[in-house]
Amino acid sequence: MELVEKAQIMDEDDIRRVITRIAHEIIEKNGGAENLALVGIRRRGVPLAERISEKIFKMEGIRLPLGILDITLYRDDLTTLSHHPVVHKTEVLFSVTGKKLVLVDDVLFTGRTVRAAMDAIMDLGRPAAVQLAVLVDRGHRELPIRADYVGKNVPTSRREIITVQLQEEDGIDRVTIREFPS
Amino acid sequence: MAWERKDLLGLEELSREEIELVLETAVPMKDIMQREIKKVPTLRGKTVVNFFFEPSTRTRTSFELAGKFMGADTSNISVSTSSVKKGESLLDTIRTVEVMGADVIVIRHGASGAPRFLAERLQASVINAGDGHHEHPTQGLLDLFTIKQKKGEVRGLKVAILGDIKHSRVARSNIWALTKMGAEVRVAGPPTLLPPEIEKMGVKAYYRVEEALEGADVINVLRIQRERQRQGMFSSVREYARFYGLDKKRLQLAAPDALVMHPGPMNRGVEITSEIADGLQSSINEQVTNGVAVRMAVLYLILGGGSHELAN
Repeated sequence: MELVEKAQIMDEDDIRRVITRIAHEIIEKNGGAENLALVGIRRRGVPLAERISEKIFKMEGIRLPLGILDITLYRDDLTTLSHHPVVHKTEVLFSVTGKKLVLVDDVLFTGRTVRAAMDAIMDLGRPAAVQLAVLVDRGHRELPIRADYVGKNVPTSRREIITVQLQEEDGIDRVTIREFPS
Repeated sequence: MAWERKDLLGLEELSREEIELVLETAVPMKDIMQREIKKVPTLRGKTVVNFFFEPSTRTRTSFELAGKFMGADTSNISVSTSSVKKGESLLDTIRTVEVMGADVIVIRHGASGAPRFLAERLQASVINAGDGHHEHPTQGLLDLFTIKQKKGEVRGLKVAILGDIKHSRVARSNIWALTKMGAEVRVAGPPTLLPPEIEKMGVKAYYRVEEALEGADVINVLRIQRERQRQGMFSSVREYARFYGLDKKRLQLAAPDALVMHPGPMNRGVEITSEIADGLQSSINEQVTNGVAVRMAVLYLILGGGSHELAN
């Protein structure tokens, strides 16, 4: 079944402004860029984390350590899938212990990805704090998890799918709501 | 590319794409081994049973640790302590372990085809950890992984495999994998240990190791089993070392940056000199590390395998 696009909820400019705001909020909340690090969750959390890092560099003149997290091995639905997903590299080349980490992902939905990401992080060390930044929060949480920085809250039905497209991965910056035709 | 196989019985039946999937999956697995906490919860609740009907420390420990690093429970049974000694048939023994809840059975057996015989009769997945003279697929995969990590690309590499080709399952698995990946494979050893039919596998056979070594990018030295001497396959250990062993002089015939490999356990001073085994070009220890990573990948794929992108 082909997904039908219902609406575009963010364009290139919206995404740029949201990234700028989140970068400011991260600095404000943490009282500067001291001891901060960003960790993007594969795949689309990675370019988002890179963009936030770039903004923070322009604002504060500091390059934050930036890691890439692949959460495949920590998913809780592996036993229910007929095929295991392809595993990619986790590249967190700095020590997370004692750092204030900001996890970055594109969409916050059930919270299960974030739960997996937190477990993956804890296996790498003991951060001082873990915060969460997402481009879109679409609701329907199944776990007690919330984001510290939200680009846009988008109320959705469960049948809808939020598609985030980013220049680095998809050649275009936009966020759309799609749905399976009923 | 999706992994669809219940079992891993040999590399002959694997496609190039399947081999590449294992190698790609082994890369993040190797990273896990370098971490302080060498464990992921992925295979929690799964049980891997190692059934070794032949002696082994390296392969058995490697599978055991691979299972543990992936979060599975592992158990080892060696033949000296099993009911096989009491006359139970192979199938009955393994089936007992299966109904106890084993999800994966790793088996090493002296008879070629034993893993396939079991795989066709069991629900559990079977991984061949060496069967007779037939195949040792995870060794072939870890050798390939090591070559790929050291050399980047396998296609076009000249790979020389030296020693007892006739009785070597390591050689056979290596040949299947390397030829599929586009390497130029040469084999060399004493005529008694080098069956001429081997060329049907797409390799070039030499009775003089010097010819096989000429310009080689990779040299894989096989273990020579002393019992072959008692069987009259070669006349003495000293003679074998002199004519077929890898020493400094012979190594100079290969490419200057040639990679030296050995599946272990080594007979130092026989098929390889200590100087070379411990030298800068040797990847022997690296092979052992890579073996765990490759087996983690195999367990992961066998117990699920394939590709599903994450949807939000």
